[in-house]
This record gives sequence, C-alpha cells and structure tokens, in this order.
Amino acid sequence: MSRHAQETRLIEPVSERDHVIGPADAPLTLVEYGDYQCPYCGRAFPIVQALRKRMGARLRFVFRNLPLTQIHEHAEHAAEVAEAAGAQGRFWPMHDLLFQRQFALDDASLLEYAAELKLDVERVTRELADGTHRERVRHDFLTGVKSGANGTPTFFINGFRHDGSFELEALLAALEQAEGAGHGVSR
Amino acid sequence: MSKGQEGQEAPDFTLPAADGTRVTLRSFRGKPVILAFYPADWSPVCGDQMTLYNEVLPEFERYGAQLLGISVDGVWCHRAFTKDRRLKFPLLADFEPKGDVARRYDVYRSADGTTERSLFVIDAAGIIRWRYVSPIDVNPGADGILNALESLTDARLPA
Repeated sequence: MSRHAQETRLIEPVSERDHVIGPADAPLTLVEYGDYQCPYCGRAFPIVQALRKRMGARLRFVFRNLPLTQIHEHAEHAAEVAEAAGAQGRFWPMHDLLFQRQFALDDASLLEYAAELKLDVERVTRELADGTHRERVRHDFLTGVKSGANGTPTFFINGFRHDGSFELEALLAALEQAEGAGHGVSR
Repeated sequence: MSKGQEGQEAPDFTLPAADGTRVTLRSFRGKPVILAFYPADWSPVCGDQMTLYNEVLPEFERYGAQLLGISVDGVWCHRAFTKDRRLKFPLLADFEPKGDVARRYDVYRSADGTTERSLFVIDAAGIIRWRYVSPIDVNPGADGILNALESLTDARLPA
C-alpha cells in the first residue's frame, strides 16, 4: 500500500498552443519542461539538437516553461521573452539564442537579443513590463508540476516521464524503446 | 502493527528547525500538513526536490497547507542548505535521537542511516490521508501532493 507505482503522465496533451518542431504525425513526441537559466537545461540543449538531427521526421519536439524563479533570478523574464518572441512568430530562434547566451540573461541582454532577432523591441519591452506572458509561463509550470515534472529539465516521451539520464545515448535508447512499443502508447 | 499509515493519526513530534525554533506537528492542527522526508541535504536529487517544492509553495498555500521538510541532517547543515537554495519553508532536523521521527512513520532506512524519500499529507484533524514512498533515487515531484490536497476538498480555501 505504501509503495504504489506512481503514474507520471503528461496531463496536458500537445496542442496548437505549444511550441512544436517536427511533424504532427511523428511516432515520437519529446516534451521538455525547462528553465533558460538552469545549467542542466543548458547542457541538454545541444543534446536535444543532436537528437532531432538523428531522428529526423520520427521525432516531434515540444518545449514548455518550468522556470525555477527562486534560485534563478532571470528565469522568469527569459521565459517571458521567449514567449514574446513567439508572439512575433520567432519562438525557436529566441529559444536557441537564450540557451547559447545562458551566461547573460539580465533584462538588458534579453532586449538585445530581441533586437538581434529583428523583433519589435518596443513591443517585447512593453509585454515584459506588463507581464503579458506571465500567465502562459505559469500555466506551463503548473501543467509540468501536475504531470510529475520533478526538476529541470524534465522530459516526457510519448506522454510518460523519462526518469533516466538525459545524455544523448540514454535519451536515444528511451526514444527507440518507446517507438518499438508502437503507436498504442502514443498520445 | 505498521505505523504512519493512511487513515491513522499522524504521530506527533517536536523537532528543531533550521532557524533555531522548535516545530511541533500538533501546532498545525486546523490546516493540512505536508511532510517531506528526504535522505540528505545537498545530494543532487534532494536539491531538486526541495527546490521544486519551494517553487510550488504558492500552490500548496492555496490549500492552506504547511510544508515541512525532514532529514537526519543537523540544524547547521539545514541552515546552510536553506540559505543556498533560498528555501521558504522549514527544514527539520531528525538528528537526535537520530531518525526517531522517521521510525515513527516507518520510513527509516537502518542500512543507510537516512530516511526514505517519502511524502505524507496530513489533514486538518491530524489524520494521514496520503502516504507515498518513492524509489530512493527518484524525485517524486509534487503531483501526488497536489492530488492529495485536492482530495481534501473541505480543507480547500477559496482561490
């Protein structure tokens, strides 16, 4: 009774509100809950890129926000700036840039990146000040926590939490195993 | 008879906290309490688990719940860990006699000298409503706690 297998399933299915790379009908979906200031997420970033390259059209990748704001002072604004870029159709370029420039995520730097990506910087500034994307980030955070996300990064493969290492070989093996398990588990 | 099970009254205790005060379980009667036993300060998984709970605190507070972290580490260790992770909830030292409270909840690991990574949700009347023992190396996250709090609907405060 005290040791029941806890089901750790994604409670919020991937939908059009998500930031998605890869075909909608890919047999594998990898969802990452991450924090732009988290060093482990920084380490996972090139690994996810390598995975996407390796797996091609078999993989759909989704990123959701899980900023740990108490230990990472810039994590919330970084997440909101990525969403602000998303509102201008440039989520992924900003997402990539934030992980590449993890060493400088203060507000001034964030706005520099917005300029670098040729975004409407005034709009980004205003949306950051108004907290326009705060609720979206909070929503991501809560769906992550309620799905059993237990730190950053947390990965879900076809809706199930991946508890192993996030090194390339480990993730690759877990993805291939899920693919072998067939479409029955696909969500 | 096994102790610290669902449906039983939560064994009362008084333990020193990182801030130098002494915390008594019974003093929280009237609101739900979350007990999070974890093996040790500073080990990577624990760090994540307590850091995550720190971040989820506003959600726990929506249910009026009090979170207490418990390990066999001493108060000075807890103090350094609390400061480093900027924790906003008490860490209690089950240090002397070592693991005494953990034993009363049947979550002491004699072989390791630490506690199980285990969670308890206690209702406003002091009854254990949910108990979960996680594999020692798996951070159980917060979803089970939130579900258990949700099921104590009568204890829920207006959002």
